[in-house]
Amino acid sequence: MKALLLATRLDIAESLRARWFVLYSLVFGGIIVVLFMFGLTESRVVGFTGLTRLLVTYIQLSMAILPVFVLITTVRSLAGDREAGVFEYMLSQPISLAAWYWGRFAGRFIIVFAPVFLAMIAATVWGVVLGAEVPVYHLVWYTILLVSLAFCFLGIGFLISSVTRSSDVAQSAAFFIWLIMLLFLDLVLLGMIIREQAPAGLVVTLALANPMQVFRTAAMMLFDPQLILLGPSAWIILDAFSETGYLVWAVCYPLIIGLAAGGLGYFLFRRGDLA
Amino acid sequence: MIEIKNLSKAFRRTNVLDDLTMHWGQGDRIALIGSNGAGKTTLIRCILGQYVYNGNIEVNGLEPRANRSAVLKTIGFVPQIAPPLKMPVSELLRFCAGAADIAIADIEAVITRLEIDIAELRSRPFNRLSGGQKQKILIAIAIARNPGLIIMDEPTANLDPKARQILFDLLSERGDLPVVISSHRLEEVAGLVNRIIELDRGKVVLDDAVEDSGDLSARMPCTITIARHDEAFANAISGWNFSEGDSDLVWKGEVSGADRLRFFGVLARYSGVVSGLEMGESTGKRSTVK
Repeated sequence: MKALLLATRLDIAESLRARWFVLYSLVFGGIIVVLFMFGLTESRVVGFTGLTRLLVTYIQLSMAILPVFVLITTVRSLAGDREAGVFEYMLSQPISLAAWYWGRFAGRFIIVFAPVFLAMIAATVWGVVLGAEVPVYHLVWYTILLVSLAFCFLGIGFLISSVTRSSDVAQSAAFFIWLIMLLFLDLVLLGMIIREQAPAGLVVTLALANPMQVFRTAAMMLFDPQLILLGPSAWIILDAFSETGYLVWAVCYPLIIGLAAGGLGYFLFRRGDLA
Repeated sequence: MIEIKNLSKAFRRTNVLDDLTMHWGQGDRIALIGSNGAGKTTLIRCILGQYVYNGNIEVNGLEPRANRSAVLKTIGFVPQIAPPLKMPVSELLRFCAGAADIAIADIEAVITRLEIDIAELRSRPFNRLSGGQKQKILIAIAIARNPGLIIMDEPTANLDPKARQILFDLLSERGDLPVVISSHRLEEVAGLVNRIIELDRGKVVLDDAVEDSGDLSARMPCTITIARHDEAFANAISGWNFSEGDSDLVWKGEVSGADRLRFFGVLARYSGVVSGLEMGESTGKRSTVK
């Protein structure tokens, strides 16, 4: 346990001093600032106003930005560390591989989740100061969904880092995976498949297999419980899951993917050459 | 201490280590030499449990991959290239001390002996330190753990003569602690070791004892007479902490016994200037070269 905490602390210390972390924090902090500047708390769109409206926009932007940031920065720093000889030295210290790997995983999770969460909390506090009502229900669910999404892509990032030997290949693979998932959102390829009249089951299965789409649909469900915005596929989703069932799926499925990818990454990391 | 049997390691189709068998025992101070690609670093990484390999390695009866923590607790390692860590020195020391279950103060005490002001460096990012400062900190971390074996990859590359002497003193204080020093050049480490193992394309081509190895902490008083004043020579010899004697044609100082071959290598560059060399051991034994 002590070794795990050492590795966690080490990763946090290393990340806090990295340029990517500054940029990452600025992006999420900047989104909140921009949303306030554009007066989203005062606007009313399809019945949403105040902080709920701001958080809906924030969460949709996070869905697009968070995965690519988590993937690229994770694989870049881990594969880069291996290339630069950091692993050679740090893994010559008497620390178990499990403690090293999962300690860094935990540290990196805290680092990627904290700015997104803190920006959301800062927005809420700011909104309260401006006199808005706190949407506690949405805030709690968005937090849980963000935990799940960050964990999912962190696991994938760790898996890519274990498989690849160079940071260039790792970054390309990470970007490719993010791009595929992005293309299969309902706005892009999935929309085309629907237009080509593919079986509804196939479309919904593809959508439910994509963690980004799962997150997006769950985020929509929180302000549109009948998923009217989603069209006819909402019937299949709600029939198969029900509203609560889908939210549970949206939390558990990305967590399971993250855990499975991270676990496979650990297995490959342990089995192969470390440095 | 370390038993290596039929050790082979290949990267894709290239054999980097080819059926190595050797025994490293207590008291062995080994120079692991060879050109680039000879397999030195790969062998070290296998012993540190960082590579998967064919064959067998046992460190005190334990296989390094299967018993990582236990094996690495007994090995202090100094890499050739310091890791580019952005964290402050204090964070690195905390991690290494915590992993090895020792007090940070133990490492800092060795750092201080290596003549580094740790109070000044604690908050500075490790990757912003000079090459010599990084090397000294890594050496201190390795030695402070009181390991059963020290492995150093080109340990003296960034150290000045005085720091090297302190390193030799530190090693000497640890009695017959086995030390493995990897280097491209034998003369860099010859005075430090009592056994030489040369690798070439993954095979042992030389495994021999060095009879000359004496006390690592020995210092040899030295007087150099030069034929004429030479600025380049003055700069070089000042780097060895020599100072002018009775005249500007005589330089006096002390050379570490383990460093004398390296010292002769420096003098060889000024053979046209040096007219006399007198060197003795602190034991009283004296030799004169004219």
